[in-house]
Amino acid sequence: MIRSLMKSREMILAAAILLLTAAIAYRFPAFVAPSNLARVFNDTAPLIILALGQMAVILTRCIDLSVAANLALTGMVVAMLNVAMPGLPIPVVLVVAIGLGALMGLANGLLVWKLDIPPIVVTLGTMTIYRGIIFVISGGEWINAHEMSDTFKAFPRQVGLGLPVLSWIAILVVAGFAVLVSRTALGRAFYAVGGNPHAAVYTGINVGFTQCAAYVFSGALAGLAGYLWVARYAVAYVDIAAGFELEVVAACVIGGISIAGGVGSVGGALLGALFLGIVKNALPVVNISPFWQLAISGSAIIIAVAFNATSSRAKGRVILKKAEHAL
Amino acid sequence: MSLASTDTKATGRQLPDRLKTPLHRFLISWELLLLCVAVAVFILNSFASPYFLDPWNLSDATFNFTEKAMIAFAMALLIISGEIDLSVASIIALTSTAMGFAVQMGADTPLLVLIGLCVGLACGAFNGLLVTGFGLPSIVVTIGTMSLFRGISYIVLGDKAYTGYPSNFAFFGQGYVWWVISFEFVLFALLAVLFAVILHRTNFGRAVFVIGNNPVGALFSGIQVARVKFTLFLLTGVMSGVAAICLTSRLGATRPSIAFGWELEVVTMVVLGGVSILGGSGSIPGVVIAAFVMGMVTFGFGLLNVPGIVMSIFIGLLLIAVIALPRVARQLLARRKA
Repeated sequence: MIRSLMKSREMILAAAILLLTAAIAYRFPAFVAPSNLARVFNDTAPLIILALGQMAVILTRCIDLSVAANLALTGMVVAMLNVAMPGLPIPVVLVVAIGLGALMGLANGLLVWKLDIPPIVVTLGTMTIYRGIIFVISGGEWINAHEMSDTFKAFPRQVGLGLPVLSWIAILVVAGFAVLVSRTALGRAFYAVGGNPHAAVYTGINVGFTQCAAYVFSGALAGLAGYLWVARYAVAYVDIAAGFELEVVAACVIGGISIAGGVGSVGGALLGALFLGIVKNALPVVNISPFWQLAISGSAIIIAVAFNATSSRAKGRVILKKAEHAL
Repeated sequence: MSLASTDTKATGRQLPDRLKTPLHRFLISWELLLLCVAVAVFILNSFASPYFLDPWNLSDATFNFTEKAMIAFAMALLIISGEIDLSVASIIALTSTAMGFAVQMGADTPLLVLIGLCVGLACGAFNGLLVTGFGLPSIVVTIGTMSLFRGISYIVLGDKAYTGYPSNFAFFGQGYVWWVISFEFVLFALLAVLFAVILHRTNFGRAVFVIGNNPVGALFSGIQVARVKFTLFLLTGVMSGVAAICLTSRLGATRPSIAFGWELEVVTMVVLGGVSILGGSGSIPGVVIAAFVMGMVTFGFGLLNVPGIVMSIFIGLLLIAVIALPRVARQLLARRKA
């Protein structure tokens, strides 16, 4: 019992997070004040939302590098929409954001499904295309706080039951995804497709459709995060969230989601995102310049993937030992 | 790439087609199609601006692709073998930072070049060790080292820049060997020949293709798969170092954001050159022509005053279209036959 718990990646990661927080708290006790922890969670909320969408995509043996560009494009579109029509109610804005994000995800998914293009190529391509479109529609201009309406900016910051709406949305998404992957046919299909595509086909699962569906989820969540991001920071410009896709992939990899597909859990993605969020928020507290952040998240990816590979290598019949490595 | 999507679908690998003569093969090849595109772009460009055909202008245009192409040659071999290196642009940043640091210490040109090559080599060795030594998927490893290498540059440089390179260092990026032919272009041409010979005329090149087509089969036929892949990562690292020397010399300064986003353009160049992203097929002449096409296209956009980020839309579309095209054509053909 204890042994299997020790082996579970989520437990190890949770322990690492506790240790990290304890180490920070030892020097800077204010870091673990409940209000500050709530703030850290709120800061990490967009990463959590995106990491869950990315998890679905990675489970099906694909990757979505276009999430940050999707977020930025959706954010710019809803910001421009807000400038043009300040009276638009928030639910409509949300629907537009999620719908637009889902549409961009669908574009990725269809290219992977119908045209059989490798996922990394598709999303590397759409990543630059989406970023370029932001420049074209905005003309490179910024949309600043004073141009946005107050209701538009206030929504993610409204506090209910002690937490801002942004945090609650992240919690809702986590809960929703937990139900999706464990209780629905589509959620199980994500695992089946990633675990063994051949077997999935024989059990009647449409592999391409499932991958496309994962992309749509990832895109929709990126769209949602796009509105929340722009509204929270009250600014929209071309380079918003530049490079954030790496952090999202990093959160998944750290959370134990296998890049080879089929392995991973909602809890893992959540913990992976929290780990990065805590590191990011602790850097200024412990007086390390934010310039360190990129190197730290890079090292975290490498360590996590090395750890994953050594602990979860399939123990099959090994004819030639080195053949495993060759694959 | 072990991430390559699909075991279920037919892969893009094709066995060498048995056509009658080399000429026959060339006439229906991807390279010829690309060559036509290159000529078309060239003609369009000459209409776009009256200054285009000026020899000095054309010489300047080569800077749009020579540095990226140097990396693309090594990347082509790596992708043919079924791996990928997304950290190349960050290797440039780290190499350039190291050289800048050495300049502040008073290093001279020969030492700078040596440092450039060594840092590139070390980065390549680090990637190669992680991928072959631990058996990790190259795409995740290099996404990680991509942040790591550039992160180190940010740690060292912050928001500053290193300048003050010695004047004779400028030769690598700004020097001309023969009238309008730049040193970089000569280097590009030499490397093109060298890599073409390595890939198409040596046992090592043969092994690269075999590994890309069937890594287990390669292992059973006695090819040192891990050693070959490690060498390829070293090659990519060194070529990134060479590109970093040329780029730093051309710009005369190092910033942590140097060569940002180049990994995409290098991969696009390789794929446009007809190298299958799933590994197993491709050629260096294809990559050379693709380099010309991309360089001429960016230069043409520049003549028309199109901003860089709009150009990137085009590069993204090009990347997707180029890979989709043969697949769409195949699907249409299959439908017609049925």
